[in-house]
Amino acid sequence: MSGGRGGVLAALLSDDGPRSRVLAVLLLAIAAGLAATPFVFPGSQPIGAAAKICVFIMLAASYDILLGYTGVVSFAHTMFFGIGGYGVAIALDRLGPGWGQVALGVVAALGLSCVLALAIGLISLRVRAIFFAMITLAVASAFLVLASQLSTLTGGEDGISFQLPGELRPAFRPFAEPVLGLAINGRVLAYYMILAVTVLVFLGLLRVVNSPFGRVLQAIRENEFRAEALGYRVVAYRTAASVISACAATVAGAMLALWLRYNGPDTTLSFSIMIDVLLMVVIGGMGTLYGAVVGATLLVLAQTYLQAVMAKASAAAAGAPIVAAILHPDRWLLWLGVLFVLSVYFFPTGVVGRLRGGR
Amino acid sequence: MAAPALETRDLTVRFGGHVAVDGVSCAFEAGTLTAIVGPNGAGKTTWFNLISGQLPATSGRVLLGGRDISGLPASSRTRLGLGRAFQLTNLFPGLSVRENVRLAVQARAGAGADLLRRWTHRRDLIDEAEDILEQVRLSGRAGTLAAELPDGDQRKLEVALLIALRPRVFMFDEPTAGMSVDEVPTVLSLIQDLRRQGDRAILLVEHKMDVVRSLADRVVVLHNGALVADGPPAEVMESAVVREAYLGLEAALDE
Repeated sequence: MSGGRGGVLAALLSDDGPRSRVLAVLLLAIAAGLAATPFVFPGSQPIGAAAKICVFIMLAASYDILLGYTGVVSFAHTMFFGIGGYGVAIALDRLGPGWGQVALGVVAALGLSCVLALAIGLISLRVRAIFFAMITLAVASAFLVLASQLSTLTGGEDGISFQLPGELRPAFRPFAEPVLGLAINGRVLAYYMILAVTVLVFLGLLRVVNSPFGRVLQAIRENEFRAEALGYRVVAYRTAASVISACAATVAGAMLALWLRYNGPDTTLSFSIMIDVLLMVVIGGMGTLYGAVVGATLLVLAQTYLQAVMAKASAAAAGAPIVAAILHPDRWLLWLGVLFVLSVYFFPTGVVGRLRGGR
Repeated sequence: MAAPALETRDLTVRFGGHVAVDGVSCAFEAGTLTAIVGPNGAGKTTWFNLISGQLPATSGRVLLGGRDISGLPASSRTRLGLGRAFQLTNLFPGLSVRENVRLAVQARAGAGADLLRRWTHRRDLIDEAEDILEQVRLSGRAGTLAAELPDGDQRKLEVALLIALRPRVFMFDEPTAGMSVDEVPTVLSLIQDLRRQGDRAILLVEHKMDVVRSLADRVVVLHNGALVADGPPAEVMESAVVREAYLGLEAALDE
């Protein structure tokens, strides 16, 4: 490596560490938790939640490149997420289970995402922010409709269920004996594959935002006009950021499909996912990338366990009809909304911004 | 004969029925400092905007070293050597003073497309930014956010960004406006240093007549969007048109 200042850890984190002891501990806890989940928490729900956290870390981090670093508001991010999912699903469904098909699906999806991100970027990043947001919304809606209508290719509303390569199936047992008390099977391998991809994508994005290129993105966010006057072609930089962001989202979508052995409009394309990602980035802290880790973890945990907690609370409050109704598990979105409003009000710079001692 | 460093030919911009810059033709040679004067609303900043590409011209041409740059976006003009400092301070408010200058150095070095290396490993860019901060006497403020600088220091930072671009043509738009009296000499001596290097053309919009007299090789007067006088400072500033341009304004204000 060049330079050698700060060593391997600094190189991995691209000289952009947590810069807060509490945040460092929190991130280490999340990383340790994700690494240990299959061994520590038995059952399918915890490992499913952990896999979802990984996928959403990638998705939220890639969205932060646009929203937090470049100052671009796009609603088409789930489209790229969906393209990744459909790429893998269609390849494995049509061509049969195999690693070559996985690679083909991912590569084809990345290609389509690049082309679409380039097209949206070049056509509409020249217009004002609000119009750009509207255009992305329109494109994403069109894509959602298209995915639902082209049922011969995409399975329509039902989506596509498919077979995984043998090594990722539950029946695959690489070791005769349990390791640390856990019988390793294809599901566990699939989980660790997703975790490894997440680490790679996250560190890659961290490098991008801490490169000379990434610093230009922040300059564009701060003062687009001045960035242009310094000689930076703002449209080119924004478009490049959109392409990088889209590619990372595509990889995240592919990983989700591999985990679920399924892809459909509801799992990767729906607008509620877009809202979730927006919440993750804002709650975690825009323009920090680490915020995506914190935000994705908080939100997925809330989505997975808040309903269960509320069901218990609601049952406990059965005597008081209004309280019980408010705490009914079906209202969990309401409570999530309240949490969101409170967190934005009290931590306008997100959890990470707050922990780093920002305003 | 070599082409002038910068030239505008019949440069015009209309906003509806209003002609803000009216057929201005003017050439600037390397090694000279030209002051551009005129009352408020004369079209000085608008003319600058047409030259640097912030505003598209209705008609006319801009030539940089003989090359027609009329159709190019602002970023391309900057990369070709046309540097501009802005009248209303125009910085990256949420970034540090050092990072503001480093971004300008990085732009000039053409390093912005590098997305695999850490920016912290481009020591050369950081060191050059530090040197420029030293020149404009802002080293003590390097870690401060640009938004938190006092006005005078923001002006100096604006000048620092321009120096970092190392352009062939420097365009200063009232670089000392809003500065305290003891800060003005720092900026003026910087501009003088640039002129002494002899190979750059410097354009300076300035209201302070003593500054114009002491720095300029040539004075160009704009009035109602048109070029009304052009010549050595002593000559131009005594001329009837200039007095009329300024006195006319004063008379209008008195009414």
